Amino acid sequence: MGRVSVKNVSRTFSKKEDKSEMQALENINFDVEDGEFICILGPSGCGKTTLLRIVAGLETQTSGEITLNGVPITGPDPKRGMVFQQYSLFPWRTVIDNITFGLEMQGMGKGEARKQVEKYLDLVGLKQFRNSYPHELSGGMQQRAAIARALANEPEVLLMDEPFGALDAQTRNVLQDELLKIWEQKHVTFLFVTHSVDEAVFLSDRIVVMTSRPGRVKEIIKVELPRPRNRTSPEANRLRDRILKLLEHERFTR
Amino acid sequence: MNLRLIKTIREKGIELISLVCVIVLWQFTAEWIVKNKLYLPSFYDVVHSLLAIIESGVIVTDLMTSLLHFGIGIIAAFFVGIPLGIIMGWFKEASEAIDPIIEILRPIPPLAWIPFAMVWFGLTHQAAGFVVFVGMIFPIIINTYTGFKNVPRVHVDAAKVLGCTQSVKLIRYIALPSALPSIIAGIRIAMGVGWMCLVAAEMFGVSRGGLGYSLWLNFHLHRMDFVLLYMLLLGFLGLVIDRAFRYYVDTKLLRWKAGIVV
Repeated sequence: MGRVSVKNVSRTFSKKEDKSEMQALENINFDVEDGEFICILGPSGCGKTTLLRIVAGLETQTSGEITLNGVPITGPDPKRGMVFQQYSLFPWRTVIDNITFGLEMQGMGKGEARKQVEKYLDLVGLKQFRNSYPHELSGGMQQRAAIARALANEPEVLLMDEPFGALDAQTRNVLQDELLKIWEQKHVTFLFVTHSVDEAVFLSDRIVVMTSRPGRVKEIIKVELPRPRNRTSPEANRLRDRILKLLEHERFTR
Repeated sequence: MNLRLIKTIREKGIELISLVCVIVLWQFTAEWIVKNKLYLPSFYDVVHSLLAIIESGVIVTDLMTSLLHFGIGIIAAFFVGIPLGIIMGWFKEASEAIDPIIEILRPIPPLAWIPFAMVWFGLTHQAAGFVVFVGMIFPIIINTYTGFKNVPRVHVDAAKVLGCTQSVKLIRYIALPSALPSIIAGIRIAMGVGWMCLVAAEMFGVSRGGLGYSLWLNFHLHRMDFVLLYMLLLGFLGLVIDRAFRYYVDTKLLRWKAGIVV
């Protein structure tokens, strides 16, 4: 079960130097159904990463509440896995030991944990790289391993902060396909932050479009394209066009 | 066997030739130009002295004494420096409290501590170890501290969302391995400084015995061939310690950094 509910969440950053305040998020409201794939889309600097970090428990909101299955979020928890935009694998651990990290933290022995995560290693197609160190992997493989590491904790929600942002276009497409396969196999709710309209349209059930700073929910768009989706179908293009106009409007009204 | 020998000679040929040339030049200069054992003992003289101290067994006691002094210093510096650096790097208040003290003590040359070393510890091995400790502690503290300050935030965040939230665990599983290259760089610098302090402390007679002590003793006896021998021994031993440490680090501790240009 992974039902996320965001209620009236605001976040203000205060700068120490001149005591000025910067509002990053203003009154965000939306609900995420269990097993849903949600993309949060917005111009850069709109606070979408901040929102995701609050859901992860890495930051706190100034006001409002976020609940997971009705329970308020107060701090990080293995139930909410996260994949970061930057390469976040621990460089001193091999691929397999990165993936077992979460289980080890829960007190499982290394041998047992290694057996457990074998299926995730397989799921992301990194079996023959299990004993490689992160620096020996390409960017795409590192993000795959990071996804496996997050999945190994069997989270209810997977938070993804532009995980494919640093990858080239083709690798990105391949990983999007693989991610959808994982989503279909595992019963996990996805919250996926991106600035790419294409990515949002291809992946999500619903797209939360945000305004530029301070970030507010501009519109929530339901993507009713049948899966598996065709990236270049006329329907997809029409939707893309609509979202791009929304974002453009956002740019010009400021 | 023969093939391997030939291969080694081929690989190390230039180095070997260069070394032999220097020795020949040295022997020639000492024997035919300087012609004074006090100014420049020849290679032959030094080898002769080496055989003498091997035969009398002095070399073993000197080596052991020096290594003991060095060991006392390095172990003390580890046990004080690394935890202090960790605490300073992890807790901001600790660094604010400790930093001014370190900044005052650090510019004092370690050798200036020799009088206090003698007063506090007497003419003992601990006194010599203390001087080594003073020389080693600051590079270790500062590099540990820097390493901890530079732990990438994304690694800490990633660990937290994976269920590693306590400070102790974060230090143990994330910050320490992440800071290890910096800590090790600090230890290498510290070993260089510590080695110098060791010789100086022994020359000052902080403790009886040791390579530095024997070097100074032989100087007073005007046995410059022995002085030169001890100089070479000190250099050689320093080199061996550094190489052994680097070998251990590269093959065991920092294997994950292989291929990364630092």
